[in-house]
Amino acid sequence: MKDNQLLKYILKRIGISIVILFFVALIIYTLMRCLPTSYIEAVALQKSMQPNSKSFEEWMEQLTKMYNMDKGIVEGYFAWLGNVFRGEFGDSWKWTMPVTEKFNNVVWVSFVMGAIALFFEVIIAIPLGVIAATKQYSKADYTISIVALAGISLPTFFFASLMKLVFAVKLGWFDLYGLVGRDYEYLSPAGQLLDKANHLVLPIIVLVVISMGSLMRHTRTNMLEVLNADYIRTARAKGLSERTVIYKHAFRNTLIPLVTILGGSLPGLFSGALITETLFSIPGIGYTSYHSMVSGDIPFSMFYLVFMAAMTLLGNLITDILYAVVDPRVRVS
Amino acid sequence: MSEELKNVNEQENSSSEQYSLNDDRRVKVLSPGAMVAKRFFRNRLAVTGLVILVFMFVFSFIGGMISPYEEDQVFYRLDMQFKEYAAVTKNEEYRFANAGKEVAYDSILQAQTILALTKKADSFTWKDVEYGVTQEGENFYSISHNGEVIGMAFKDIVSSTIEGVELSFDQRFAMLKAFTNGETSFSLDGVDYTVTEDGGVTTADGEVAFVSSYVIQSIHSDVFLTRAFKEEVVAAIEAGEEVFPFTNEAGESCEYKLSFDVTKNMWSIQEEKGVKVFDTYSYPSKEHWLGTDKNGMDMLTRIMYGGRVSLIIGFIVVVISTVLGVILGGMSGFFGGWVDMLIMRIVDIFYCIPSMPIIIILGAVMDGMRVDPTLRMLYLMLILGFLGWPSIARLVRGQILSLREQEFMVAAEATGIKIHNRIFKHLIPNVIPQLIVVCTMSLGSTIITEATLSFLGLGVKFPFASWGNIINDVNDTFVLTTYWFIWIPAGICLLLTVLAFNILGDGLRDAFDPKMKR
Repeated sequence: MKDNQLLKYILKRIGISIVILFFVALIIYTLMRCLPTSYIEAVALQKSMQPNSKSFEEWMEQLTKMYNMDKGIVEGYFAWLGNVFRGEFGDSWKWTMPVTEKFNNVVWVSFVMGAIALFFEVIIAIPLGVIAATKQYSKADYTISIVALAGISLPTFFFASLMKLVFAVKLGWFDLYGLVGRDYEYLSPAGQLLDKANHLVLPIIVLVVISMGSLMRHTRTNMLEVLNADYIRTARAKGLSERTVIYKHAFRNTLIPLVTILGGSLPGLFSGALITETLFSIPGIGYTSYHSMVSGDIPFSMFYLVFMAAMTLLGNLITDILYAVVDPRVRVS
Repeated sequence: MSEELKNVNEQENSSSEQYSLNDDRRVKVLSPGAMVAKRFFRNRLAVTGLVILVFMFVFSFIGGMISPYEEDQVFYRLDMQFKEYAAVTKNEEYRFANAGKEVAYDSILQAQTILALTKKADSFTWKDVEYGVTQEGENFYSISHNGEVIGMAFKDIVSSTIEGVELSFDQRFAMLKAFTNGETSFSLDGVDYTVTEDGGVTTADGEVAFVSSYVIQSIHSDVFLTRAFKEEVVAAIEAGEEVFPFTNEAGESCEYKLSFDVTKNMWSIQEEKGVKVFDTYSYPSKEHWLGTDKNGMDMLTRIMYGGRVSLIIGFIVVVISTVLGVILGGMSGFFGGWVDMLIMRIVDIFYCIPSMPIIIILGAVMDGMRVDPTLRMLYLMLILGFLGWPSIARLVRGQILSLREQEFMVAAEATGIKIHNRIFKHLIPNVIPQLIVVCTMSLGSTIITEATLSFLGLGVKFPFASWGNIINDVNDTFVLTTYWFIWIPAGICLLLTVLAFNILGDGLRDAFDPKMKR
């Protein structure tokens, strides 16, 4: 494949993605605008209750104007879009600071947590998937398949509660909630790091177990497909050892779809783990946005939703590009 | 494969005696459906999944009918609580009584009496009038004016033991006099009284009063304290007991708690009383196999009804998204061109919309608008169904794109079959196997989504039960640590059901398409 062909493909995909994102943002904006205005009223009322504050009417007027709520939906959307191009997402109502600043404060916790979880997921799921495929219909295969299915079927909140009961309550190894312990302020820098790490253990275990199953199944399916391919038969016919056949010929080819999937899931790390973070009160992006959404913080929710949509698109784009780059057999059409 | 061969051999052995070798009847022909069923039932794991699901359906739908309790039936229990009952003081000060004569023994005279007593004088003068103070017994004095007793000062209290009968001044005077002087009998107005050592005063008709230095008063104005009870109290105080039992005339036994308040210099008596309260978080028992929840409702029944809700929501959501997905995907795949382009871009957009946050926001909005729980369940199904169709549309479109190029479709077109019939009679049936597999799997994930929402308090709401909102109780750390029976059974039901749907989906895929079996 020629380089400029790939470039053209990428540009075209980016173009389509931007159009899609435009409409997704429009839909989300419309939805947000259809929320009952009582949320703004509540905020205005609350703000006007504070000492030395402006009156309720003034706050209402200012808030509706500030978030372009006084304009029509289409007009308001373009005004929002205009602000976004200037890099302004407005101020969060719940956290009373610029949306981007709050985002920057909390996103890294989620990212680190997600990255560590992804790492463990990969080093556990891929080998198990390969083992299951190479020993198809064996006891190991059935066990791994059932474990994978159970992982997919486990409701996050139930598993997290079980983990809390066993490891936090019965064994007392970890705290039930939060990112830092009670005596965090008095710890040395190294101690603070360890404290945070200690608090992240349970959420990461939950994330790994919940997401491991699908990767395991995926690896198994791909590996089986590769093992049935002609070139594997050739390799065996040549008299190569089973080890070489599996780990040199089959596994490398299995990696192609896996790498593309994992590459595609990288942007998702910035979206955080909404349920897990909320359950463990880890102040990451998922937790923050959950509380923003529940309390009707329109600027922050709007930002988070559009950001998530953008990350999904970016993930798909990376998957497609990686597929073309990693596998020379694939021709971009 | 070897099993299949064996089956064929067996058939040959058994039937070769009746039919000649080239007889068609010798070969048993199975319809495609029967083949699928045969392959499916050979898969032990898939059958296990099916069995679990059947069990769950029976448990949820029939169990709810068999259960003797209603979904939101509240149970009560009698809780024993100590309630303030009476107060006891030991009288250390003089009390006074007015005889009701011409000269009233008022508070000024009472104060003067105290002065006279402290001075140990036998008379005092107030406003040029002289009053006599006579010691009648221990800590018992009579105050007289011109030789007539107008009042008395005393420390021991006389109280009537007959409900509703007040004692006259003369009676009290006589009783006190007898008691303080250690006399055992006296007579007044032609009635003979006997005084016992512990203060009881009896006539021929029985006990009428008793004398004691303790004052026992009921907190409630409508409760009359019997002599026996008062005696029991005094005995308990003197013995230094803190808890004493008492059986009243009706034979009801009660525990009483005595506590001494130093600042008020009095004892308070608390009665143990049964109070009807919600039977919350009771442990598993014969009546409630899985205990009761925080509202005092039977847990097992709640789980049954919760399963009903979860399963019904799952099915309706999947039906909505399948219908939408099949129609739109079918149109897209069949017509191609700009219809395909438009529908696929809509699918792309829907794929990008983060569904969980959207549902959470809508849930919060419904919270804010206080939507009725029944209506809310309906909205939830519509929203989930509407967000779920794009993946099905994609699947259907992909299948149809490959199917419509096949010869049978050319033949269908050549015979002049209407477009409508070509889509729904020739194309869609070929997609159904994949569709069934995907629907089975998405049933599982829909149930998880619904449970997660209900867990967060944004899905199915009280009074309806759902496996998710049953587990919601663990948000209370105390429940998480203490009451396992509240959330673990519901969680296991949820896990088993979703797992069974996934296993079933896998098994169905293998059965429908043995080539895909990996």
